Amino acid sequence: MYKNFLKIITFLSILVSPFLYTSAYAKTKVGFVYLTTPGDHGWTYAHELGKQMVKKEFGNDVEISIVENVPEGPDATRVIRELAKQGNQIIFTTSFGYMEPTLKVAKEFPNVKFEHMTGYKRTKNVATGNIRFYEGRYVQGVVAGLMTKTNKIGYIGAYPISEVIMGINAFAQGLRSVNKKATISVIWANTWYDPVKEADAAKVHIAEGADILAQHTDSPAMLQIAEKNGALGFGQSTDMGAFAPKAQLFASVNNWGPYYIKKIKQLKDGKWNTGDGPDHWAGNTWGGLSTNMLTLSSFSNMPSDVAKKAQEAHDGIKSGKLKIFAGPLKTNDGKEIIGAGKTLDDGALWGMNYYLEGVTGKVPK
Amino acid sequence: MIEFTPRKIQSSFWAILSPIISIGITIFIGSLIFKMLSYPVMESLYQVFVSPFSRPDRIADIFVKACPLIIIGLGLIFCFKANIWNIGAEGQFILGTLCAGSFALLFPETKTYMLLFSMFIIGFIGGAIWASIPAILKVRLNVNEILVSLMLVYVAMLFIDFIVRGPLRDPMSFGFPLSKVYPDGAIISKVDFPFIGFLGQFHYGIFIILILCPLIWLFINKTLPGFQIKIFGSSTKASEFAGFNKNKITFYVLLVSGGLSGVAGVVEVSANMGRLQPEVSFGYGFTAIIVAFLGRLNPYGVVIAGIIIATAKLGADNAQMVLGIPKVVTGIFEGMLLFFLLAGETIQKYKISIRKDN
Repeated sequence: MYKNFLKIITFLSILVSPFLYTSAYAKTKVGFVYLTTPGDHGWTYAHELGKQMVKKEFGNDVEISIVENVPEGPDATRVIRELAKQGNQIIFTTSFGYMEPTLKVAKEFPNVKFEHMTGYKRTKNVATGNIRFYEGRYVQGVVAGLMTKTNKIGYIGAYPISEVIMGINAFAQGLRSVNKKATISVIWANTWYDPVKEADAAKVHIAEGADILAQHTDSPAMLQIAEKNGALGFGQSTDMGAFAPKAQLFASVNNWGPYYIKKIKQLKDGKWNTGDGPDHWAGNTWGGLSTNMLTLSSFSNMPSDVAKKAQEAHDGIKSGKLKIFAGPLKTNDGKEIIGAGKTLDDGALWGMNYYLEGVTGKVPK
Repeated sequence: MIEFTPRKIQSSFWAILSPIISIGITIFIGSLIFKMLSYPVMESLYQVFVSPFSRPDRIADIFVKACPLIIIGLGLIFCFKANIWNIGAEGQFILGTLCAGSFALLFPETKTYMLLFSMFIIGFIGGAIWASIPAILKVRLNVNEILVSLMLVYVAMLFIDFIVRGPLRDPMSFGFPLSKVYPDGAIISKVDFPFIGFLGQFHYGIFIILILCPLIWLFINKTLPGFQIKIFGSSTKASEFAGFNKNKITFYVLLVSGGLSGVAGVVEVSANMGRLQPEVSFGYGFTAIIVAFLGRLNPYGVVIAGIIIATAKLGADNAQMVLGIPKVVTGIFEGMLLFFLLAGETIQKYKISIRKDN
């Protein structure tokens, strides 16, 4: 009897379940696609924290689906389409490589809104979101310039793309604002996330005399190496202090929550838009310190006068008084970019394929 | 010591029943795991096993996911039947893709139907060339083909990485390592079903399996070279007595297997990505090894095995979307399914006894 009962239940649940998913109308259904798992303690973890803020803000008014570990290929297209089919009204795709898959699916679902991080292609229902990571890197440069004894800074970059290069240049601007003698050398890891490669790059930097390390990759591996070797460094995406309590000076923390919340609110109010203005590069969402999309974790392992300088730089950028890319700017091989009194605009930042003064070497072509 | 003695009579009754029992055990233990982690059991089972079949487009996507696995698996049948251990299908997949993709990007003016046709030929040759390296080393110097083919996977990965970062990088990609998009003629289009339209990602490349599968079955079971492979695999000595050329067999099973991996790459990238990028394969070459064995080295079995593996992957995605079950949990499911299926097959084929050592 009991056996049959189970069978019937199984059968019924199989029959009924397709209908269960279409009934939740009042809630806003929100989908997230993650590149790795929140366990990376970097990029995806930052998105996970943003998702938790959404949950906190809207409570039962949203229903969130996530899919983690989605490779940037055909699987992405399928997963995004599936999320759209399941009635998610807004879908956040959180990695650059989802650009084409997002656009492909967006064409098929004109009524679903898509938010892609951190690409550059937008359509009627695809908006893009990004963070002004470079603002935090300027403050890192200031701290590095004051803390370094060897005047050698080791920088680990993911790929030689404009987003990473503008970060290196912002770091150099911060560095040179306090220390004209220090230089930055860059190692390209050719990956966003590979703790082994990142650790190797950190070891090379230390062996070559760098005492301050900075990274534009996602794992805490670099800081762990710094911790072991008595060097100092900066965390990326999330506060990595737990991994390197003696080495982390501070971390630039990606704070996606406010952006998610803003866009979901817009959707609920029927005011969602891609905000495509005349300045294509600015996109609709490119927030930094001033909008709290980028925050800095607490300053540690540094004397209080350095922390004070860092705070000043932070406040200056936040209030808009301090312009990071203000002229005169020169490349590291002496070419003038802009003269005194001018400032680079957002479009020029996305076109960066050169290093400014203070960085050694050349951008790989 | 545990001893495996082959059963003299293999019951066809158990051959059919053993996979069913294996799936049953997986479901049972899986339910316990879901219960322990306090996920709704029936709902979880539904998402993992049934939901991939619950809509036409989902079923179509199973085939899309299974397609590269099946094509590679079909090629691996040749090697594994001959007891040649080609572990490097992943690398052959990548190299085939790279050769065919480079051709499409360098000669976009080629007439439309010629372009795709040439890509298949070039993809086959590219994969075959990559597989010929372990073949030559095995035949000439008796180097272990497992090691060589496996290590060449990493060489292929770095090679395609270099190509899309350097020579073939799209100048408009803002520095990202991506090639230009293939010309239209090099793209395998999605199938527009009459009255239904597109179903998921279902594309014309999948029909290749319909041609390959019976062809390979005929070749292995009804031709002399197919017979030679089987004899060679079960007893090298017997095949030498029969006068079969050992080196020739080693060579051509590797070439065919490598070539088909290359073809799988052409289909996958032309249908789903339309451009070269550093990662074109997501472990297909390795998963296909499981597919080949799960399919008992039978072409039709490989098709079924490919579908089972693809279903498990899609079910895992759905379970996460709907119930928030992390992929590590559904991964355990996949692992159990494979374990029990292979264990069931072993018990069915061999008598297992425990013998005391002398």
